Amino acid sequence: MLYAVIVLLPLGAAIIAGLFGRLIGDRGANAVTCLAVIASAVLSIIGLAESVEGGSVERVVLFTWFESGSFTATWQLRIDALTGVMLVTVSGVSALVHVYSIGYMAHDPHKPRFMAYLSLFTFAMLSLVTADNLLQLFFGWEGVGLCSYLLIGFWYRRPAANAAAIKAFIVNRIGDFGFALGIMGVFLAFGAIDFDTIFGGAPALEGKTFSFLGLELDTLTTITFLLFLGAMGKSAQIGLHTWLPDAMEGPTPVSALIHAATMVTAGVFMVARLSPLFEYAPWTLAFVTVIGATTALMAATIGLVQNDIKRVIAYSTCSQLGYMFFAAGVSAYSAAIFHLFTHAFFKALLFLGSGAVIHAMADEQDMRKMGGLYRKLPVTYAVMWIGSLALAGVPIFAGFYSKDIILEAAFASASPVSGYAFWLGIGAAVLTAFYSWRVLFMTFHGAPRASAEVMAHAHEAPATMTAPLIVLALGAVLAGALAYEPLVGTESAFWGSALLVLPEHAVLEAAHHVPFWVKAAPTVVAVIGILAAWYMYIRSPATPARLAAAHPELYRFLLNKWYFDELYEVALVRPAKFVGYWLWRGGDGRVIDGFGPDGAAATIVRLARRASALQSGYLYHYAFAMLIGIALFVTWYIYRLGL
Amino acid sequence: MLSEWPILSLIVFLPLVGVGFILVTRGEAAVVARNARYLALWTSAINLVLALLLWGSFDTGTADFQFVERAPWIDDSIAYHMGVDGISLLFVVLTAFLTPLCVLASWDAIQERVKEYMIAFLVMETTMIGVFCALDFVVFYLFFEAGLIPMFLIIGIWGGPRRIYATFKFFLYTLLGSVLLLLALIYMYDAVGTTDVPTLMRHGFDAGVQNWLWLAFLASFAVKLPMWPVHTWLPDAHVEAPTAGSVILAGVLLKMGGYGFLRFSIPMLPDATAYFTPLIFGLSVVAVVYTSLVALMQEDMKKLIAYSSVAHMGFVTIGLFTLTPQGIEGGIMQMFSHGLVSAALFLCVGVVYDRMHTRLIADYGGLVNRMPAYAFAFLVFSLANVGMPGTSGFVGEFLVLVGVFQVNTWVAVLATTGVVLSAAYALWLYRKVVFGVITRTELRGMLDMNRREMAVFAPLIATVIFFGFYPKPLLDVMHASVANLIAQHQAALVAPATMAER
Repeated sequence: MLYAVIVLLPLGAAIIAGLFGRLIGDRGANAVTCLAVIASAVLSIIGLAESVEGGSVERVVLFTWFESGSFTATWQLRIDALTGVMLVTVSGVSALVHVYSIGYMAHDPHKPRFMAYLSLFTFAMLSLVTADNLLQLFFGWEGVGLCSYLLIGFWYRRPAANAAAIKAFIVNRIGDFGFALGIMGVFLAFGAIDFDTIFGGAPALEGKTFSFLGLELDTLTTITFLLFLGAMGKSAQIGLHTWLPDAMEGPTPVSALIHAATMVTAGVFMVARLSPLFEYAPWTLAFVTVIGATTALMAATIGLVQNDIKRVIAYSTCSQLGYMFFAAGVSAYSAAIFHLFTHAFFKALLFLGSGAVIHAMADEQDMRKMGGLYRKLPVTYAVMWIGSLALAGVPIFAGFYSKDIILEAAFASASPVSGYAFWLGIGAAVLTAFYSWRVLFMTFHGAPRASAEVMAHAHEAPATMTAPLIVLALGAVLAGALAYEPLVGTESAFWGSALLVLPEHAVLEAAHHVPFWVKAAPTVVAVIGILAAWYMYIRSPATPARLAAAHPELYRFLLNKWYFDELYEVALVRPAKFVGYWLWRGGDGRVIDGFGPDGAAATIVRLARRASALQSGYLYHYAFAMLIGIALFVTWYIYRLGL
Repeated sequence: MLSEWPILSLIVFLPLVGVGFILVTRGEAAVVARNARYLALWTSAINLVLALLLWGSFDTGTADFQFVERAPWIDDSIAYHMGVDGISLLFVVLTAFLTPLCVLASWDAIQERVKEYMIAFLVMETTMIGVFCALDFVVFYLFFEAGLIPMFLIIGIWGGPRRIYATFKFFLYTLLGSVLLLLALIYMYDAVGTTDVPTLMRHGFDAGVQNWLWLAFLASFAVKLPMWPVHTWLPDAHVEAPTAGSVILAGVLLKMGGYGFLRFSIPMLPDATAYFTPLIFGLSVVAVVYTSLVALMQEDMKKLIAYSSVAHMGFVTIGLFTLTPQGIEGGIMQMFSHGLVSAALFLCVGVVYDRMHTRLIADYGGLVNRMPAYAFAFLVFSLANVGMPGTSGFVGEFLVLVGVFQVNTWVAVLATTGVVLSAAYALWLYRKVVFGVITRTELRGMLDMNRREMAVFAPLIATVIFFGFYPKPLLDVMHASVANLIAQHQAALVAPATMAER
């Protein structure tokens, strides 16, 4: 029952704050939602301790969702080590973001609505990670997508926010198109959608084929590929990533919670959760690896040149998710979840820290109008340093442990594409360090570029905002070192049966014994990246402009985000609108109505006109017609009688 | 206890009793109008209670027709035969649920000829429930056709500026289908000697004849549903109809087409059904993709929702003709859910139309600033329309897709694109109407929903969400009848083959 309470508390709070917000007031809404989510977080930690001790899978049956024929979907929670880690991550970060929001949204007129959405999101995310069947997973999946839509568009007066919200929803739906088909495929292949049945049945289906779109395809490869499309949408992987940077139109706490720490990692969670399927689909795993590695590098290159502080961090998130995916792709699921766990701390920290900056700068997000803030915002400055150190993977900070193990696993893996992943991962690590320090230097160092008036008002955030920052900073320092042994250590029995790795894919043991240069490489390249940023933004600030001027095509390519949006506009959006218009006016209007009812009506009108023209009103016309009639009648009569 | 009563006749004809009362009201125009409204509301509310009682005492364990009434009419071959099973029961409940909401929604919007309007709606309810209860083909046909008349009047008298064009288009299409249905009915009577539906189901028509009969049925049901390409009457009819007319049209009338397939085409003509299934799949997939794309480009709110309805009905026909339990139950679920959701969406349009007297999307924007409660209701129904899990819209849509994936993956993939497109048009509509800043001065004085409007929306929101999380009460009703339908169908397909082997 403990777990049901964890999941349902935020839902209750969301309903109270959402429907009775006016009754209980802003303070009441804040209190209800924060307390509920903090309670969930505390209970999750207790639950994790329990599930680590138990080591088994626990199930909580709530009730049947729907049944039809042999298709059954139940509301049922599944708690194992994987769920335990996710519960703590989600409810923990969510609790901190709730508290932070009290300060950040203090001047917003719609606080209860905001808090209700945040809590509703927490509920959906918790139900996603506790799902015991694919359809419940899909429910949580769509639920977090809905909350993301609502929160991105929270400031509904801004056209850009509305556009970003719709874009996020629709791009995610394109991924969900694959996810939904994947669930149907699972039902066709396994006759059920609950995890126990499909995990148990997967080995027997290895190498089996089924007919899909007229082709005979490998069952598990096809199904996992379709499911992974959903993960690509939710976790903003290359091709379906375009919504994530735009999603920064939402309030910053939303970016921290949804678009950094939790929702966007749902795809990684899904692949890990379904490891008993993915393990038997090596082609899909290779695809996951390539997509992850490519995204890691692509997003990092774009992050280099963006000027909006939140967009840089958004691309960084996209890139880090790529790391998690290629870790999963080389069967190092535990490393992927480990990075997911540490990333939640330091990325939420970076977002909330940038939120404090934006708050101080009167809602300015453009780094070209910042600079020199470190004296004004000492706490924020310190925690941003910690977050950046962790993100870049500098030793002793959280990201160091998780990124290292991912790159080591990629190096040690026997997967045919592991080399691709390793080298792209190393490349992305340089860029990560570079853009992180670019943010730090542009924001906090140098001469202030904001107006004197703004600088005069710049101030450190209130305690409700700095306290969560400090907690997250602690996590960004310690989470890696503390969780390393249990999550990815060789001796650890933490995961139990939660993750499946086939013996021939086992990579973690080998990852611990890679050559020294592989272990050192991430740190070395991180330092190189930091130094390069220092040179270009402190030592010789004219260099970036000179480089951009020297390579204008490359610069524009990166600044315009590889032209993905433009491509989609030309290739998908405009054709869809054109075809829609054409079908409406041409298909419905001219063809169907033209030959159908309107055409028939017009023909009848035409015939009627001719008929009425006969009725001229002249007596001799009628007399003449009568004579003809009599003549015809007489003729017929004569023939009839055979005369 | 309930089964001893002629409860079906009671539910069918109680609205006519209400009509009788309205007819005898006399006095000043205002008093008559007021009385007519209350009488219609009370009658339909009592009928809803009766329908819920019917549901409560329905035995979900059997596929047989229940609450059967039978009285010979014309030398016993044509009888007044009524009964419901798991396929028809939910439509009776849906009709009884929507009618009082329609009366409430018309409370202030209709100010002229109120008495006649309410009479038309009650007659409408009688014919609609009659359609779903009739177990004799002639009785079915009478109700099926009689329903056209009040609808024709509702659009033609209380409709918008192009109402004459819309009513004639509506009539032209439906009439064409009806003539062929009538021919098929006459042929069946001639061949079997009775029009008793259960008897016809057991008869087993010649394979060659089946195809002709099936096409005749298709002509009628496809227009009603409507299927592509005979759907163009629907957008026009919706645009011109008064709000409550659209609600009934989308909520119940369209479902008669799907019900017709389930009650007549599939059980009576199994060979033809199997033969023509690819045709249905083809037309339905075109409907889903084509009308979704067209919906993207609409400028009129009602037209957009009308095109969305056609796309959703495409899902229904796909589901029904998979002849899998998931597909058929999903199809019925989808019809029930669409009955609630599209009705609610038209009511949402009605709320702002009553205030602004325009349906153009461009005339709105930023309504959430003035109408938060309205924005919430509209959001719930928009999400249900795009099939968000946790709303009733998801269950039907997903079951249909699960069903068709087992039969034909091409159809499944193409139909699933509708899920993406529906999100695009529904959220676009919502954004344009509800979000943004209020730019037009007329909108600044908009008032949020009043108590009466909330009373209309509250039950709809509650049912849409409740059945999203717990659709079991609906699905339980269907299980036995759907399983029986599929078993009969498969047996009928196997039977000629075994005879040939002998």
